[in-house]
Amino acid sequence: MSSISPSTMAAVRRSGAVPNAEYLLAVEGIRKEFPGVVALDDVLFRLRRGTVHALMGENGAGKSTLMKILAGIYTPDQGEVALRGVPIRLLSPLDALENGIAMIHQELNLMPFMTVAENIWIRREPTNRFGFVDHKEMHRMTSELFERLKIDLDPEVEVRHLSVASRQMVEIAKAVSYESDVLIMDEPTSALTETEVGHLFAIIRDLRAHGIGIVYITHKMSELFEIADEFSVFRDGKYIGTHAAADVTRDDIIRMMVGREITQMFPKEEVPIGEVALSVKNLSLKGVFEDVSFDIRAGEILGVAGLVGSGRSNVAETVFGVTPATSGTIQLYGKQVDVSTPTVAIKNHMAFLTEDRKDTGCLLILDILQNMQVAVLHDRFVKGGFVQERAIEVACEEMAKRLRVKTPSLFERIENLSGGNQQKVLIGRWLLTNPRILILDEPTRGIDVGAKAEIHRIVTEFAKAGVAVLMISSEMPEVLGMSDRIMVMHEGKVTGFLDRSEATQVKVMELASR
Amino acid sequence: MESRALADTAPQDRSKRKRKLPTELSIFLVLVGIALVYEVLGWIFVHQSFLLNSQRLTIMVLQVSVIGIIAVGVTQVIITGGIDLSSGSVVGMTAMIAAGFAQSSTWTRAMYPTLTDLPAIIPIATGVLIGLAAGLVNGWLIAFTKIPPFIATLGMMVSARGVAKWYTKGQPVSGLTDQFNFIGSGAWPVLVFLTVAFVFHIALRYTRYGKFTYAIGANPQAARVSGINIEAHLIKVYAVAGALAGLAGIVTAARAQTAQSGMGVMYELDAIAAAVIGGTSLAGGVGRITGTVIGTIILGVMTSGFTFLRVDAYYQEIIKGAIIVAAVVADVYRQKRKKV
Repeated sequence: MSSISPSTMAAVRRSGAVPNAEYLLAVEGIRKEFPGVVALDDVLFRLRRGTVHALMGENGAGKSTLMKILAGIYTPDQGEVALRGVPIRLLSPLDALENGIAMIHQELNLMPFMTVAENIWIRREPTNRFGFVDHKEMHRMTSELFERLKIDLDPEVEVRHLSVASRQMVEIAKAVSYESDVLIMDEPTSALTETEVGHLFAIIRDLRAHGIGIVYITHKMSELFEIADEFSVFRDGKYIGTHAAADVTRDDIIRMMVGREITQMFPKEEVPIGEVALSVKNLSLKGVFEDVSFDIRAGEILGVAGLVGSGRSNVAETVFGVTPATSGTIQLYGKQVDVSTPTVAIKNHMAFLTEDRKDTGCLLILDILQNMQVAVLHDRFVKGGFVQERAIEVACEEMAKRLRVKTPSLFERIENLSGGNQQKVLIGRWLLTNPRILILDEPTRGIDVGAKAEIHRIVTEFAKAGVAVLMISSEMPEVLGMSDRIMVMHEGKVTGFLDRSEATQVKVMELASR
Repeated sequence: MESRALADTAPQDRSKRKRKLPTELSIFLVLVGIALVYEVLGWIFVHQSFLLNSQRLTIMVLQVSVIGIIAVGVTQVIITGGIDLSSGSVVGMTAMIAAGFAQSSTWTRAMYPTLTDLPAIIPIATGVLIGLAAGLVNGWLIAFTKIPPFIATLGMMVSARGVAKWYTKGQPVSGLTDQFNFIGSGAWPVLVFLTVAFVFHIALRYTRYGKFTYAIGANPQAARVSGINIEAHLIKVYAVAGALAGLAGIVTAARAQTAQSGMGVMYELDAIAAAVIGGTSLAGGVGRITGTVIGTIILGVMTSGFTFLRVDAYYQEIIKGAIIVAAVVADVYRQKRKKV
């Protein structure tokens, strides 16, 4: 191996004699195998200084693996990583960090009971002459850093008191504090509101202007055009191509990502609308939302729009009995039901696909079969307490086939699936129960384009079969494309309803932000 | 990481399912390995065979069957993501109370002189029910006050031991009927252990009770949204564990033909060790009774082997602790390898 050791490189970097190369970071011919899967095959990636470079690809295309190689979490089986033109072999995330490559994870890695400053300078705390941590100096260093990044946060506050967006800022500040040249961001906006995204982008632009290279992973096409200079597309572990963002259209990128045309993003079909399936009147959850009323008819898709924190998800949770209402009524097919627990909701043929796949959806360490069958076992496929193994297996197999879940078998652990496939398994869990009212909270969040279209197709199919659908989504095109009617919420209140024919992005945003 | 679509692999499903076997297989190999080490050491140091001695093997299994009965219950608790520290004390408590209803009229110092020579079913049922009650209290505390299982069962551990001592002010309960002692005689404890293991193996694998137990351990929030009544289910699981500890108490008293308040001390830790050696994950969601049975036998082989090699009792405990930790370390490594 001709690569020099990471510590040598780090020493060179400290000395200031940094080689000047065209690319900050370049990888070539990278191959990475996991037992039974080739995650990356002959992959090329080059990051120029002072650019934002987006990695695009469906879930499972190999983006995360590549990113983890860049960040030193995985070592490639084959191929070369060059940092400023010097071949290098990164052996650990710390190695990468000391060589100027910092990664901001999707799950933020901060210690909640330590202050902002302590989190940023951990392992590098300034000390006084007695060897104790010099808090004053640390405070000063943090303030300086924040000033440079135009971040408005108190360095002495404990991280657990911060919002997700603020924590993200702390992570970025931490990365910058390592004097990193390369910043890897994995879906940094997935939990941010629009203003927060704006702030984040301002910081990114500022970093870019200082010559830092940013590797950016996102599923949001609009962000790509707003922030990225270049992007590289991957598909099934292979490198497809690199282009300047200015040279291509959204459709070009999608075509490269999926390797086929997706003609119909929102296969909305006109469906005969039936009787009122779910009628919610004056529903309130003290301190969270109040006085929410709406009806959904069989075959109808009611979209719910609103900013993060507007109470959309809370309404869904309350309707499903996860957090019982403090006042108001819920009628199911004309019959008033006290939905005090999810069990009651399921008995009344409701289904609820939650917002957070990992926290409230997947049974991560269990297999697909166990994940899919868990809700239906309340009233079917069980005789005298015994599960009818063969029958449920056949039913799950059929469901997996119908939803096109990509997996070698039903006995694969769900944590080994890509996000889109996990989502399909969870949808399958609910569809097995033959629901008449389907509540979907962000059904396509963090899911690639191909799987998205399939999930839309499935939802449409069910609406066609007379299921009433309540669909919450942050993605405007999805809400506008799929819904028959749109309910908009703002700060725990319903601010208006829009019919499909009259709904536009502008009208929805007006209602959502007033 | 995408792989082929499901459609073209359906025939392989059966064989895929078999892939789960190696977890138990590797534990079994550990068991065989330990036994073989003793065999070799036996020929070198004491000049006899360890394995070719059916009497030794019988005694060995007999000694751990009580631990095994407890471990079957504890395994289920651990699968839900909890822990049960009270089982050893519940053994002592139920042994005392059950024995009080199992005394013979020929015994002059019976606790309840009017209630002697009762059919064995009465003390047995009493013991199981008292264990069940202790488990219900554990389960209720955990489900409704949301205190950690460690604390709830720690409290029960202390209190149940207290009840055991208070019941006769520390005196043993002796003079038990032959009918009662019968279930502690011969191979009966082993039979009880294996029956209990079989029943709950089936329950965990093939019933709704089992599927929900795993689901709760894997992700309680997701299980709740999926309509599982977590509170009710946890109470059930802890009640089962309590009842099994009660049963273990009866077997212990019957084997000893007497009951003492100090019975079952530290049994909870042996039972937890058996479950964990058998592949049950303390993080919840993972574990099987077959593994626990093998784990129990490993504990038995270890103890029996030490005695066989005439290892000093002090060294025995030191080495046993190290082996338990080593087994878990090996398991952690195995899990890690599987993930990457």
